[in-house]
Amino acid sequence: MNFPILSLVTFLPLAGALLILVLPGKDEAAARNARWIALITTLVDLVVAFVILANFNGHTAAFQFVEQHKWLGGGITYHLGVDGISVLFLVLTAFLMPFCILASWESVQRRVPEYMIAFLLLETLMIGVFCALDLVLFYVFFEGGLIPMFIIIGVWGGPRRVYASFKFFLYTLLGSVLMLLAILTMYLTAHTTDIVTLLHTHFSPGMQTWLWFAFFASFAVKMPMWPVHTWLPDAHVEAPTAGSVILAGVLLKMGGYGFLRFSLPMFASASATYAPLIFVLSIVAIIYTSLVALAQTDVKKLVAYSSVAHMGFVTMGIFTLTQQGLDGGIFQMLSHGLVSGALFLSVGVIYDRMHTREISAYGGLVQRMPIYAACMLVFTLANVGLPGTSGFVGEFLTMLGAFATNTWIAIFAATGVIFSAAYMLYLYRRVVLGALVKPALATIKDLSLREVAILAPLVILIIAFGVYPKPILDITSVSVANLIQEQKVAIAYDRHEAYAAITPISKGVVR
Amino acid sequence: MYLAIVFLPALGALIAGLGGWLIGHRASEVITTAFLFIAAALSCYVFYDVAFLHHGGIVHIATWIHSGSFNVDWTLRVDTLTAVMLVVVTVVSSLVHLYSFGYMADDPARWRFFSYLSLFTFAMLALVTSNNFLQMFFGWEGVGLASYLLIGFWYTKPEACAAAIKAFVVNRVGDFGFALGIFGVWYVFGTLNFSTVFAAAPHMADKTFVFAGHSVDIMTTLCLLLFVGAMGKSAQFLLHVWLPDAMEGPTPVSALIHAATMVTAGVFLVCRCSPMFEQAPFALSVVTFIGATTAFFAATIGLFQNDIKRVIAYSTCSQLGYMFAAAGVSAYGNAIFHLFTHAFFKALLFLSAGSVIHAVHHEQDMRKMGGLAKRIPFTWATMLIGNLALTGFGIPFLGIGTSGFYSKDGIINATFGATTPMASYAFWMTLIAAGLTSFYSWRQFLMTFHGRYRGLDHDHGAEGHGSDHAGHHAPRLEDIHESPLTMLIPLGVLAIGAAFAGWYFDYSFVGQGAQSFWNGAIAYVSGHGGPVSLPAWEEVAPFVLTVAGFAVAWFYYILHPERPAQMAAKRGMLYLFLYNKWYFDELYDFIFVRPTFWIARTLWKVGDGEIIDGVGPDGVAARVMDATRGVVKMQSGYVYHYAFAMLIGVVGLVAWFMVGGVH
Repeated sequence: MNFPILSLVTFLPLAGALLILVLPGKDEAAARNARWIALITTLVDLVVAFVILANFNGHTAAFQFVEQHKWLGGGITYHLGVDGISVLFLVLTAFLMPFCILASWESVQRRVPEYMIAFLLLETLMIGVFCALDLVLFYVFFEGGLIPMFIIIGVWGGPRRVYASFKFFLYTLLGSVLMLLAILTMYLTAHTTDIVTLLHTHFSPGMQTWLWFAFFASFAVKMPMWPVHTWLPDAHVEAPTAGSVILAGVLLKMGGYGFLRFSLPMFASASATYAPLIFVLSIVAIIYTSLVALAQTDVKKLVAYSSVAHMGFVTMGIFTLTQQGLDGGIFQMLSHGLVSGALFLSVGVIYDRMHTREISAYGGLVQRMPIYAACMLVFTLANVGLPGTSGFVGEFLTMLGAFATNTWIAIFAATGVIFSAAYMLYLYRRVVLGALVKPALATIKDLSLREVAILAPLVILIIAFGVYPKPILDITSVSVANLIQEQKVAIAYDRHEAYAAITPISKGVVR
Repeated sequence: MYLAIVFLPALGALIAGLGGWLIGHRASEVITTAFLFIAAALSCYVFYDVAFLHHGGIVHIATWIHSGSFNVDWTLRVDTLTAVMLVVVTVVSSLVHLYSFGYMADDPARWRFFSYLSLFTFAMLALVTSNNFLQMFFGWEGVGLASYLLIGFWYTKPEACAAAIKAFVVNRVGDFGFALGIFGVWYVFGTLNFSTVFAAAPHMADKTFVFAGHSVDIMTTLCLLLFVGAMGKSAQFLLHVWLPDAMEGPTPVSALIHAATMVTAGVFLVCRCSPMFEQAPFALSVVTFIGATTAFFAATIGLFQNDIKRVIAYSTCSQLGYMFAAAGVSAYGNAIFHLFTHAFFKALLFLSAGSVIHAVHHEQDMRKMGGLAKRIPFTWATMLIGNLALTGFGIPFLGIGTSGFYSKDGIINATFGATTPMASYAFWMTLIAAGLTSFYSWRQFLMTFHGRYRGLDHDHGAEGHGSDHAGHHAPRLEDIHESPLTMLIPLGVLAIGAAFAGWYFDYSFVGQGAQSFWNGAIAYVSGHGGPVSLPAWEEVAPFVLTVAGFAVAWFYYILHPERPAQMAAKRGMLYLFLYNKWYFDELYDFIFVRPTFWIARTLWKVGDGEIIDGVGPDGVAARVMDATRGVVKMQSGYVYHYAFAMLIGVVGLVAWFMVGGVH
């Protein structure tokens, strides 16, 4: 296809943002216009994303819808393309966006046009991350995404928003700068920043280690992995609902995507060597943050900690370097995008009514909000990983891969299924079940039509992908199999080189 | 047809669950119940078709999870074992649906209740028809969910909510083992398909693999892991704590889920995997040990409980132990036979108890009952049949008796005849438990139906459970009425099953016809369950103990009804130990629940708060504030340095904001 559809899907939201910017209008009118423009833009973008998905060929691991133009010179080009690993993240991002706009419809009343612009800009940058096939371009999108998120938390957030947004910024930037150094090194070694070329470029084992750790620093913070996770609960708590949805639904996935796109194929030997480190951190994350989630008194913090635990399954699965582990890791990320997004939206529903996130302020909501209770139950169970929901498939596959790698990992990870049941059901009981005795809740209303429209599709998708995950697994499997294959080849190459005792190559060579 | 059996309940659950508010209570009830009766009729036909005509087979529905070499599909497997379970599940479920018309008549959320019941039935059917471990796990967790929803059905009661969570989480502990077992099966066999795994199992005997850092026997490890799952679901010793609390759910739920069907899933799992367990003698010994221990242990607790439902709950726990004891000595036919008869008489007992509870306005404390026989004679009669079946009443040597006589004594005989290491332990435990069973069953029966009506007494406040419906008033004896017909019909049907199922099916399940009947659905080990020559004392022993149990109950609760209260008042060590259920709840609270929450809070406040944040962002912010004062700025022209300078600069900027600007 010659039509630059990836550029379209990436920059369409930006166009919407510009439209909001130039459109005149007084406060109320401007706010209304901004909302509608944002909604329409994100919906159209979603349609474009679906068109991409419909035309995507799942039988090849090659990049598709490729666009390449001269950009900065010196081998740095404007290069876009998607494969089976990235295309679904693109769709996920485009899919979650309209929900975010709808969720902010009434809850955001201050500086609405700016808010919508921030979100549309964010969408462009996030989609760009998943499309970029040039390191510099990737870095621009990857880091650029920080800014609107920083602003969203810092301007429309809760009372401790400044602290939270700076903590968020400090952590993510710390990782990013290391990654920038690594990118520079790669450029100086291989003389290109083209990802497709770099995928087939060999770095000496010694250099791989350094590069691996530099990228790891950035991705580990984004995931987030233990112990660099503490920015996430604070960011979630202070972020507005839609901010939390994007944070949990998309931004966290960039770390996992980064591991898949860069660490595994480009630094194959280092990935294999340091996989045990990842396993340990993942297991600690699963057990530690699950326990911490159990102790939470704030709904959003609880869900945030549970996100960290679920991302632990992802990193564990990815670094098993098995088909099941990788398929499971990707599936878990996509599923978590839906489930955690749904959970934060659900929290937003009651927050909009009561303006508190304290668990103790709720109880017995089922009596006044039966539809809400039913939706929340599905999301809770999906987060618990009940078979038949999408949450199960990813968790199961990652643990399957882990078992084949080392049974200890699977044993520790499987304790996570006990803890997740404990903290989620405990939460559900305290918020939704019980007698409705708190006077403040006596007049609370069930979901409005708008809210049903937000939550119902998520309920359906979560169950549908749990029962029939084939559409997702079909798209990822070929690219994943290819990734594993190439990784094996690369590791074998390193081994061979070590045995042959050729003089160490510090320069990158194209294999 | 197989599809119809499995999916009719699902359809009913969807209609009632999503459309209940629209179509109303009555329509929801009628639709779900009608679907269930159709499914039950079809199941009975399938049972005949598969078990006696040897049809059956595998139906492929759709793909499920395909990832590399890991392939699992949605399929239905119907063999004799499945067919037996289909009959048990759909028959009991349809009767429970019907019964609930009357029992739940006053409940404002009936459509939700019926939807949950049908949902449960669907999950249970998915479990028993699965052709691979993963789909079984789906059903396994699905019934767990339905159980959670139904235990917590009266969600305004804190005890009900607590019991629901407890049930789910304890089951998850079992599932932890089950899941690892599934991973292991896939790792070893490369598939989760039953037929393939079972065919390959003999080749894996005595081979080892590395699990948890040790080289261990493959089959033993896998079977033990799977058995942990079975222990959770079937409330076996150590993982039994959730079952008594599950009685917080409405009584029809107790009958369906916590007596007849879901709790027997563990037994089903072991029997389904019998070709694997046959390759793992040590695992079988463990199964025997746990089963026999549970049979005895739960029976001892049942002795002094005062809540009518809890007595039956512990009885269920104990009877499940019997089934495992049988499976552990490779008498899988006996295990399933007892599962089959138990489903009838235990559902009957629960539903009869429900009828009693209904009659006395939701009182569950037997100390406030008594003398009800004349007021509710039909319930009295069905409860009598249920108790006769449970205690295994029959005439030795003649071989005529209630269903429990065939199935339960069959298990005692099987453990006696077996030669495995744990068999004699199992024999003595199950034998003693038979006597205890008789005592607590007749104690419960006599306290409820005979003696003096104590509903209006007010001197039992000391340690009573009290009622679960606050503010209720005990009715006068003459105001107590028999339950409506919708409740009595199921009782009658189940009573027939409880009385005659053992006699009718003995030949097929465990007798001469067993090998043809099972047709390879379970590992059939000759010499088990078939007639073996038993010494006369062994054959009489269960009968003697049963009569003795009855005699003791009669002595204490009819001849000298004042004595139990006096004994309770003395609070002897043994009495307190048994009355407090061996202190398992307290023990678990002390060693698991409290430490977990303590660790959770510590990790949060100290781990995240003081250490990670303290050393990390907050600490760095503070240090950088100190450091930046002395830093000499450099301009070198290298990108690296600029990047580092940028890093430090940003950190400094952020630190300034965090420390200076914000606080």
